[in-house]
Amino acid sequence: MTDTTVPDAGPTGRPLGRRVLPYAMLSPAVLVTLAIVFFPMLQTAWMSLHDYVLFRPHRFEFLGLDNYRKALADEVFWISLRHTAIWIGITVPAQLLLGLATALLLNQDFPWRPLARALIIIPWALPSVVIALMWVWIYDSNYGLMNDFLLRLGLIEQAMPWLARPDTALGAIILTLTWQGFPFFAVMILAGLQSIPRSYYEAAAIDGASAWRQFWHITLPGISSVLVTAVLLRMIWVANSFDVIFVMTGGGPGYSTYTLPLYAFIKARTNLDFGYGSALAVLFTLLLMGVVLIYLRRTGKAVSR
Amino acid sequence: MRLRKTPLWRRILTVDLPMLAILAFTLGPYAWMFLTSVTPEARLFVEGPSILGATFENYARLFRTVGFGRNLLDSLIVAGGTVVVGLSLSITAAYAFSRFEFKAKRLLMMQFLLINMFPLVLLILPLFVLMRVLGLLDTHAALIIANSTIAIPFSVWMMVSYMNGIPRSLDEAAMTDGCTRLGALRRVILPLCAPGIVATGIYIFITAWNEYLYALTLGGRNVRTITVAVQTLIGEYEVQWGLLTAGGIIGAMPATVLFLLVQKRLISGLTQGAVKG
Repeated sequence: MTDTTVPDAGPTGRPLGRRVLPYAMLSPAVLVTLAIVFFPMLQTAWMSLHDYVLFRPHRFEFLGLDNYRKALADEVFWISLRHTAIWIGITVPAQLLLGLATALLLNQDFPWRPLARALIIIPWALPSVVIALMWVWIYDSNYGLMNDFLLRLGLIEQAMPWLARPDTALGAIILTLTWQGFPFFAVMILAGLQSIPRSYYEAAAIDGASAWRQFWHITLPGISSVLVTAVLLRMIWVANSFDVIFVMTGGGPGYSTYTLPLYAFIKARTNLDFGYGSALAVLFTLLLMGVVLIYLRRTGKAVSR
Repeated sequence: MRLRKTPLWRRILTVDLPMLAILAFTLGPYAWMFLTSVTPEARLFVEGPSILGATFENYARLFRTVGFGRNLLDSLIVAGGTVVVGLSLSITAAYAFSRFEFKAKRLLMMQFLLINMFPLVLLILPLFVLMRVLGLLDTHAALIIANSTIAIPFSVWMMVSYMNGIPRSLDEAAMTDGCTRLGALRRVILPLCAPGIVATGIYIFITAWNEYLYALTLGGRNVRTITVAVQTLIGEYEVQWGLLTAGGIIGAMPATVLFLLVQKRLISGLTQGAVKG
């Protein structure tokens, strides 16, 4: 799109008014976001440079980078960082694979396809608190569905307190988040699959290509761009989401389900240490920025096209 | 792949059954939660959840003794308020992005996209401090403002994609007939966008309804949304799973129903960007 499509400064036009109009129309949204997003963000950065504990409101002492130094020497910071990496590294691929399988199935012809497509997205629409609640019930050590199921299959010998054991708690929450997030992949990938012209498959079938080769040479290239976008979006989203963890375990037992944003939140919420909490939040954001920038560059190209 | 007609038994084996398995995984937990919520408390831990002798006693208790009605109202006000703020601020902005070329357009669009990527934890701490200074803690306004941080940018992006689908010649025709720009937006574009606006509004409503961390941090005794109420139940009625799951079902109900109503249009809007990108 170029400037020529807009009737700019015609003979009777008011060039100034025309030029100002888009900004005038944008200003409410821009000003409000500046006030409620960008200003608070700067405030976080500012707080992170101070010794700021909420129950000592009169001490707001400038520390420079001390909070950051403290974080890098903090064992819990590194534990949380490691969990964040595991958390993203397992959840996103698991969601992707399950989502891909679901999308491929939904792209086939079967009579109840519309119903299946509508039902599959339900987990995505549920409040995270409710998701946490129902999975806590499923993992319940005495009456939970999970123990019942695995005991019947003979996979475990006695009921396990999944969320109370340090070695299983993180895995249990990862399963929960996989459940919550794979429908997103399924619908995105399905949209990508449906944009591949059917004639490609017909031509390949005439040439005698097997189903596997068709998948490898037509389907995958056709959805690769959707896959990358979806993975980037999900990485950001999964990294950020700690509400499910907060409700399910609160980070415990011990530190075994701490992720970085959760650690920052808990520092501020329970210890009221807003200075240190802010520093953790800023560090987490900086780490995440790499992924965000890649995503923005991809979308930026699409916008300017 | 599709050329040869596949025999029925093969389709059932390779498509229907795997699909059923995935659906069972998807809906199982939800169904289990519902089953638990209608099982009488006395029988739950003896025989386990079952549909036989179903009762809505847990739901009645939820409203009678726990006071879920108030929480539902709070959630309704917060989610409704967020929809109004989000939509009203984003319509003109989306129109400007969709119809005009101007300096800094890309930068401004990217700014809205960037906001959606920011970690919530980065905003939640300063917003708490800000609301405390403004004396807005524990009010509906605080939660509406906090939810708007997500709603405004999202809604701008959705509306731009809907408006781009409406030909520019329509605005120009309206302006030739004597409409101003804003007149064209109001009389021509808005009615045509109505389905998109409704879908966006519903999506904002669902996210605001489901939101938990802001509600926990900025709410309190006076304003307690349904998500916070459900979480509080977990702490207070630890072993009364019938009551807890009934709370979960109630909390999830509005969002689920709304979502199923608009899912088709919503998903086309949400995936459009991704497919093109």
